Amino acid sequence: MNALSIRNLRKTYNNGFEALKGINLNVEEGDFFALLGPNGAGKSTAIGIISSLVNESSGSVSIFGHDLKTDRARAKSCLGLVPQEVNFNQFDTVKSIVINQAGYYGLPRKLALQRTEYCLKQMDLWDKRDTVSRRLSGGMKRRVMIARAMVHAPKLLILDEPTAGVDIEIRRAMWKMMETVNQQGTTIILTTHYLEEAESLCRNIAIIDQGLIVENSDMASLLARLHVDHFVLDLAEPLGQVPVIAGYQIEGVTDKVLNVAVPKEMGLNQLFSQLSALNINVISLKNKSNRLEQLFMDLVESKPTGTE
Amino acid sequence: MMNYSIALKTLITKEVFRFIRIWPQTLLPPAITTALYFLIFGKLIGDRIGTINGASYMDYIVPGIILMSVISHSYANVVSSFYSTKFQRNIEELLVAPVPNWVILGGYVSGGIIRGLLVGLVVALISLLFADIVVKNVLITLSIVLLTATVFALAGFINAVLAESFDDISIIPNFVLTPLSYLGGVFYSVEMLPGVWQMISKGNPILYMINAFRYGLIGVTDVNIQLAYLITGGFIAVLTLFSLFLLHKGIGIKN
Repeated sequence: MNALSIRNLRKTYNNGFEALKGINLNVEEGDFFALLGPNGAGKSTAIGIISSLVNESSGSVSIFGHDLKTDRARAKSCLGLVPQEVNFNQFDTVKSIVINQAGYYGLPRKLALQRTEYCLKQMDLWDKRDTVSRRLSGGMKRRVMIARAMVHAPKLLILDEPTAGVDIEIRRAMWKMMETVNQQGTTIILTTHYLEEAESLCRNIAIIDQGLIVENSDMASLLARLHVDHFVLDLAEPLGQVPVIAGYQIEGVTDKVLNVAVPKEMGLNQLFSQLSALNINVISLKNKSNRLEQLFMDLVESKPTGTE
Repeated sequence: MMNYSIALKTLITKEVFRFIRIWPQTLLPPAITTALYFLIFGKLIGDRIGTINGASYMDYIVPGIILMSVISHSYANVVSSFYSTKFQRNIEELLVAPVPNWVILGGYVSGGIIRGLLVGLVVALISLLFADIVVKNVLITLSIVLLTATVFALAGFINAVLAESFDDISIIPNFVLTPLSYLGGVFYSVEMLPGVWQMISKGNPILYMINAFRYGLIGVTDVNIQLAYLITGGFIAVLTLFSLFLLHKGIGIKN
């Protein structure tokens, strides 16, 4: 079953700006799905329509088979949203923010209390439950929004740039949390500007640009389309000058670190043979984590060709 | 089937806790202001005025001052709470959830009504220090105060939905509501006005509400009570439909 199904969705704002030009998208149940795109591409509009914050101009959205127009309450019950910006009452306590949201979803008081405790403990916020939310750090505020979105145990969770502006420690903890939530059966749609985040977490991906979906496939096949892999080589000895090897593009990062673009048809063996011949000893090798970034740039810089 | 009563109860509870939490801003000022009204207008000046329609001036102004407080606070509660909710974007908590529009409206309006009635009760208790009032008709008194609070809570909701800045939520209370309340016969009988002004005053809906409430409390009125109910009920119907229309279209709330 599709967790989310979007058909020919269009949105034109009052000022005439056409944010969505008829997109089609399916997200399967249980998926961890990346929705990427540059600023102003239409991601936030699409998420706004899915979560009933923006009125669509035409088209349809259904969540777990429930049409958002004709079966709105059931569709909404399946959805949890973690928005991009903090949008809770900054004068409320952490606990009241989460428990009120449970009430809006119709959870009886006893169950709401249990779910609130569970979600706040999951987010490591239980000891902050009576703190007024404006006194929390940025990372904690984001975790409050995740706890709030999770309190009614949604089947589909949309995370709109959940790790923007948080430090690496919190980001990694949030990645772990998102993976756990997904493993427990919740479908996740993630938007992010950290492409390595999408690459490491998501199984399927759609890229949206100028109101159109310019790519929609699984992550592995998308990355397989890369004709060039980028590697970082750490050298045993400093180099006087960057070596030149036919077929490989080599840049010096420092006198002991090289960036090498390796065409797939040439491979690494030939590169290492040539480096050995030049008496250059490599002590370690790692893949640069910008493979998706490179594809992303290629896709959004080329002209969109379709709507799906 | 969703249980909307839980969502409604949650919203009402949240709204009531909000104004109780800030009681020095919401409940204390009307107590002080109205005590001054009773002291200055009722006691000091009122003693020189004598009676109006058979009632002492103090007794005459008590109903108007109570209802004026109910009007301004039921309006203020909803307009400030809902606009803040919009401004901080936590209205999105409600829009994302399966909460129907009537629950959103009912929750905020109930909060406004409860604050209006609570302020009315505080002012009524203070009035007992200055006047010795025995309620003439409990049913009319309670029904009119409830209906009036509903009208102005709905009006406050519409103001908040349409407002685009904090200025927009102060214009109506300052430039429309306050003058209409003062000119609605709080301190005088409309019969005391010259012909043209009497006609103009009778176009003010607040005049009917205040007089109906005064009739319930002390048995004195300048207007027909049935007409007062009709006008108040009519306003509730129109404002409710308009509020639901705004929510349905997402005007002022959604993009």
